[in-house]
Amino acid sequence: MADLALLSTTLASRSKPLAGIKIEVSGQPAKQGGCGTSSAGGKASCGSAAGQGDLDPEIWEKVKNHPCYSEEAHHHYARMHVAVAPACNIQCNYCNRKYDCSNESRPGVVSERLTPEQAARKVVAVASEIPQMTVLGIAGPGDPLANPDKTFKTFELIASQAPDIKLCLSTNGLALPDYVKQIKDFNVDHVTITINMVDPAVGERIYPWVFYKHKRYRGRDAAKILTERQMEGLEALTANKILCKVNSVMIPGINDEHMIEVNRAVKSRGAFLHNIMPLISEPEHGTYFGLNGQPGPTAQQLKALQDRCEGEMNMMRHCRQCRADAVGLLGEDRSAEFTTEKIEQMSVVYDFESRRQYQQGVEDQRQAKVAAKQAEMDTLAGELSDIKLLIAVATKGGGKVNEHFGHAHEFQVYEVSTAGAKFVGHRRVDLYCQGGFGEEAALETVIRAINDCHAVFVAKIGACPKDELKAAGIEPVDRYAHEFIEKSAISYFREYLAKVKSGDLVHTDRGDAAIRQGAFVAA
Amino acid sequence: MAYKIVESQCTGCSACELECPNTAIYEKNGLFAINPKKCTECIGFFEQPQCVSACPIDDTCIIDESYPRYAAKELTS
Repeated sequence: MADLALLSTTLASRSKPLAGIKIEVSGQPAKQGGCGTSSAGGKASCGSAAGQGDLDPEIWEKVKNHPCYSEEAHHHYARMHVAVAPACNIQCNYCNRKYDCSNESRPGVVSERLTPEQAARKVVAVASEIPQMTVLGIAGPGDPLANPDKTFKTFELIASQAPDIKLCLSTNGLALPDYVKQIKDFNVDHVTITINMVDPAVGERIYPWVFYKHKRYRGRDAAKILTERQMEGLEALTANKILCKVNSVMIPGINDEHMIEVNRAVKSRGAFLHNIMPLISEPEHGTYFGLNGQPGPTAQQLKALQDRCEGEMNMMRHCRQCRADAVGLLGEDRSAEFTTEKIEQMSVVYDFESRRQYQQGVEDQRQAKVAAKQAEMDTLAGELSDIKLLIAVATKGGGKVNEHFGHAHEFQVYEVSTAGAKFVGHRRVDLYCQGGFGEEAALETVIRAINDCHAVFVAKIGACPKDELKAAGIEPVDRYAHEFIEKSAISYFREYLAKVKSGDLVHTDRGDAAIRQGAFVAA
Repeated sequence: MAYKIVESQCTGCSACELECPNTAIYEKNGLFAINPKKCTECIGFFEQPQCVSACPIDDTCIIDESYPRYAAKELTS
């Protein structure tokens, strides 16, 4: 299980011994402070990838510690999903409702379903153990709005027991227009809609049916109803100032080109963020697409589409397509620590003050990170070059190069150029180091997953994988161990440019990389 | 009195339970079952039997041959 090691000055212990059954609430919810000091130019120094800069302060307040809405926040803050909504009202060709495996990390997959009461208890328990857990989402495994009683009951219980936690939900949108008022009344201020098309001719290839107003509709009629309801729901959310993220599954040959149109449609209706995700279609998942050989995109196909849409609006590139019962930072899953059985045994004290203090520590860390990046950027001033590099980073959170190569479950990918360092994605991999021994087959999958990168930053790496990475043209770099990622990437880039200039190095482009699907969530 | 749920196919998602106009559907060990005494095949309520239309798995809510067809009874009475 990946360890967080988020802060050296940990104010609340993460792993308390579990005993007894007790829930207490102490203190009062502290008002979330702003970002504290601002850097020169009035931009908040703890900005998202793009910084607070162009964001309305009201929106910034909503997203700054929401890992799914802010790339920058996702290095520091955790989320959890509670699986209280099993029923769904549509069928998607990339989803198989029969599938349920504890080792897979995919939407729609859960290990146990919860009642609203069990869910509220779990949230309080997790929030006490993981003080950087700031967001509770309901994302299925079906559709939250096809189970409105359970969904809203859960929100109500959590709002009364853990009022500092942000509430959000993720829906296919079919029932959304009927629940916008309730969503607003329950202070749910983040809603994600999965929108894969705005044209029924495309939609009929993605959705075999929808169940609407007591009838099952098929084919183009089904897709027409769905897209109309999605657009109506999105407009209503915007009118009610509820922040909306749109998720889209990129299905090559079906909606990849169409995605530009989807992007335009959702942007014009006020969506805040667009998250284009790769189709997951391994045959063993038993989905229609998986069984019929529909491939997902490669890493570069996905990035190219995200880059094309980026001019239009904010793109999310840090989505991990997590389970409907995930717990922890994005990219890690600690749900196995919080089964109903274990929660029954826990002594839970909900302490607002220690949560607040811990989160203040996180904010200090964020600001130090941004300051370090800014100082390093100054050293690039005046450099002119068209070179862009991708760098893979082994990290366990906090925005630092702090994971051993062999222990990485994923690599974060940064694009660095004279414009600076930018997070552009992540790659799941099989764990290379198992019980101290490197696995050759796993190393190959790691190389395939980061094959488009020029370098890989790690806290530590063994001699053997080091040589193989070099042979594959990827430079293993351990000299930035425990330093901030972006600062390190910029520093590496400056040295790289100097070598190219002096003729010590010839810059060459890298190839494409594979997206590892449905990776194991735990070692 | 006419639909039943094939237990081996049921995912326990509760979509049918939420839609049934007769509260004929109940949970049994995490899965769902239909009380044939309460099922009306949705005749008089909806155009389509709701459990069949809402179920994510094809051929899971099916006619229970061991009970007389509700529709036939309705139509002939």
